[in-house]
Amino acid sequence: MSDSLKDITIGTTGVQRRSVLKGTAGILATGMFPAVHAQEKIVLRYLGTAVNQDKAIGEKFEKDTGIKIQYVAVTTDDVTKRAVTAPNSFDLIDTEYFSLKNIVPTGNLKGIDTKRIKNADKITSLFTTGMVAGKAVGDQGTAPKKVIYLEGEKSKVFAKSPTQYMSLIPTVYNADTLGIRPDLIKRPINSWAELLNPEFKGKAAILNIPSIGIMDAAMVVEAMGIYKYPDKGNMTKKEIDLTIKTLIEAKKAGQFRSLWKDFNESVNLMASGEVVIQSMWSPAVTAVRTKGIACNFQPLKEGYRAWAAGFGLPATLSGKKLDGAYEFINWFLDGWAGAYLNRQGYYSAVLDTAKSKMEAYEWAYWMEGKPATQDIKSPTGDVLAKAGQIRDGGSYEARMGGIACWNAVMDENNYMVQKWNEFVAA
Amino acid sequence: MSTAPSPSLPVSTHAPGRSIAAWWQATPLAAVFVLFFLVPLMLILMVSFWDFNQYEMLPGFTIKNYISIFDGCASPVDMCVTLKTYLSTFKFSFLVWLITLVIGFTVSYFLAFHVRSAGAQTLLFVLCTIPFWTSNVIRMISWVPLLGRNGLVNQTLLGMGAINQPIEWLLFSSFSVTLAFVHLYTMFMIVPIFNSMMRIDRSLIEAASDSGATAWQTLWNVIVPLSRTGIIIGSIFVITIVMGDFVTIGVMGGQQIASIGKIIQVQTSYLQFPLAAANAVILLAIVLMIIWALTRLVDIRKEL
Repeated sequence: MSDSLKDITIGTTGVQRRSVLKGTAGILATGMFPAVHAQEKIVLRYLGTAVNQDKAIGEKFEKDTGIKIQYVAVTTDDVTKRAVTAPNSFDLIDTEYFSLKNIVPTGNLKGIDTKRIKNADKITSLFTTGMVAGKAVGDQGTAPKKVIYLEGEKSKVFAKSPTQYMSLIPTVYNADTLGIRPDLIKRPINSWAELLNPEFKGKAAILNIPSIGIMDAAMVVEAMGIYKYPDKGNMTKKEIDLTIKTLIEAKKAGQFRSLWKDFNESVNLMASGEVVIQSMWSPAVTAVRTKGIACNFQPLKEGYRAWAAGFGLPATLSGKKLDGAYEFINWFLDGWAGAYLNRQGYYSAVLDTAKSKMEAYEWAYWMEGKPATQDIKSPTGDVLAKAGQIRDGGSYEARMGGIACWNAVMDENNYMVQKWNEFVAA
Repeated sequence: MSTAPSPSLPVSTHAPGRSIAAWWQATPLAAVFVLFFLVPLMLILMVSFWDFNQYEMLPGFTIKNYISIFDGCASPVDMCVTLKTYLSTFKFSFLVWLITLVIGFTVSYFLAFHVRSAGAQTLLFVLCTIPFWTSNVIRMISWVPLLGRNGLVNQTLLGMGAINQPIEWLLFSSFSVTLAFVHLYTMFMIVPIFNSMMRIDRSLIEAASDSGATAWQTLWNVIVPLSRTGIIIGSIFVITIVMGDFVTIGVMGGQQIASIGKIIQVQTSYLQFPLAAANAVILLAIVLMIIWALTRLVDIRKEL
C-alpha cells in the first residue's frame, strides 16, 4: 500500500499528488483501514501481575475513553525487576507497595501529582494515615503510609508527612491469612500456630516467595510463643536465623507437603486435598470454592498479613501517554473498576465511588459483613456464596482493622534470601 | 581410531584463496556466536565480580560473591547449602542418566535391530516422539492426578487392598522428580543412540555370529562400542539439561528440593545479579568439566 503510493507520487505534480491524497482520505473515511486509525490511538503498556489484569477492565476502559490498555503480565518479583532494570518498557506499572523500597531509590518512578487525581482526597485512610474507622492498624513491615508520599515529582526519597506527590495510587489491597479445608480438618482453627501443628504433618504448605513467606513464618513463630518480634517486617540477622531454624525443623519433620510459588499451584494443592492448611491468597480461595470444594479464608486471632498494590508512572513518561495514564488512574478510581474488584473479594481504594456502582445487597455482603440476602456472584457469574452465608472475616472494618503486619522488604534482605535458600535446600 | 592427529588439511596450505573464502563462510555464524554467546558470557563473568545493594549493581572487583556462595563449606559438621545442593543435583543427574541410558539403549536396539521394515521403524520412532507434542510443563503436571495422595495409583492400590494408607512418597519426592526427568528426557538418549546404531554395518554382526559369538557377546563387544558416539552425545544432552533444570525439580519436588537453577532464579528475582552470576559461572565450570571428561572418551568430531 505505502509502496504503491510512493510510486505514484514520485515525479508527479502537486495537483496529482493532492488528488491521490484525496483518494486515500476517501478510502480512510470509509473505514476500510482501521489499522491506520489505530495508530493515532493511545496505547498504554500496563505492567503488573496477571491477578490484577482483568480483561473486562481493559475493555470497559477502552469503550469509555478510546484508550487501549495492553497488559504485560509477569510475576510479583519480575515487576520489580523490570521497574529497576527496564524502566522504559512500560507506561504504567501496577506493583506492590513493599517493592517501592527497591524501585524509588533508582529514580525510575515519577511522583504522581495528586492535583490531577480527582478522587485523591477520597482514598481510604488506611493508605494515607494507616487508620481504619478512626483506629490505627498494625504497621510492621512496609505499611503504605510509610512509602506513599514522595518529596517531589522527581524524588528518590519518601516524605515523612503528606505531600502533593504520591509514589503509587492504590488499586487493590487485602489482608491475607491461612486457607483451610474445613471438611478435612473438622475442627475450628483460630491461630497461625496451627500451620506447624504436627497434627497436619505432610498436609501443610507455605509459599515460596521469600519476602512474603518469611512474614507468614514470623506470624507462626509469634503465635507459637517462641519469640516476639519488635518488627516482623524488618528482622535482624538473629531473628531471621531463628525464623528459618523453626521452618527447617518443621520441614525436616515432614510438616510440609509442598511449597508453592504460583497462585494456580496453591489452588491445585488445596482442591486436590494434598494440603489442608496453607498460606493462601483471597482469589485462590475463591477459585477453590468455585469448583464446589469447601475452603475457608480463615480469620485468626493474631491478625492478618496485609498487602497493597498501586499504579505508578515511569519517570520518562510524557505528553499524550502521560495524560492517558492519568486518565486511566482517574477512571480506575471512579467506581466501575472498584466495584468489579470488590466483587472478587479484593478491596478498592476509593470506597464511596465503588459503593455507587454496587447493588445494596452486594455492598452489605462484601463490605458490611452481613449475611447475603440473595446469591452472591462473581463478575463472571459464578456463584460464590449462597443466600444466608457470611463473608470470611466479616466487615471491612473487622478485617482491615485486624491487620498485624504488611508485606515488606527488609534491610537484611540479602541475608534473608540466602537463609531462605537454605530452608529450601534443607 | 587412535592414530596420531593428521597433518593440517592440504586445502588450507595449498589454496590460500579458498581458505579466505572458507573464513568468509564461517564469519556469519562466528559473529552470531560472539555477539549472542561469548559476549553475554563474558558479561556474566564480569558481573560476578561486581558488588550490589538492594536495587543496583555496583561496578568494581570483589570476590565476596564467591565467598558467600561457599560460606560455611569448610565446616565439617553441617554441610553448606551450595555443597548440599550440588550433591542433590549430581544425584539426580546420575540417576536420570543411568535410567535414560538403559531405557534409551534398549528402545534404540529394538528399533534398529529387531524391526525389519524401514516403514515400521519410522512409525515406531515417531511414536516415541508423541509425548513431545505437548508442552513440558503440562507433561509434568499431568503426573499429579496420577501420583497424588488421592490420585489414581493410590486409589487403585487402596481399592485392591494392597495398602491401608495412601503412599506419600509417590509425589513431591525424589522419586517423582526422577520419574518426571526420565519421562521428559529419554528421547534425548534414544535419538543419538538410534542414529549411531543405524550406521553399524550389519555384516559386522553377521561376522560376529559366524565367529561363534553369543548374542550378549555381540552386544557387548560389537554394538556397544560402535554406539559409543550416540551414547556420549545422549549423555551430554541429559546431564547438561538435568544440571541446569529448576522447573521440573520445583514442580515435581513440591518446591522442597533445592537445585542450583532455582537458587539462581531466586537471586535474580531479588535483584542479586552479581551473586546469581557467580553461581552461574560455577555451574558452567562444573558442567564444562563433565562435558570435557565425556568427550575424552570419544572424539565426537571424528565420529560424526
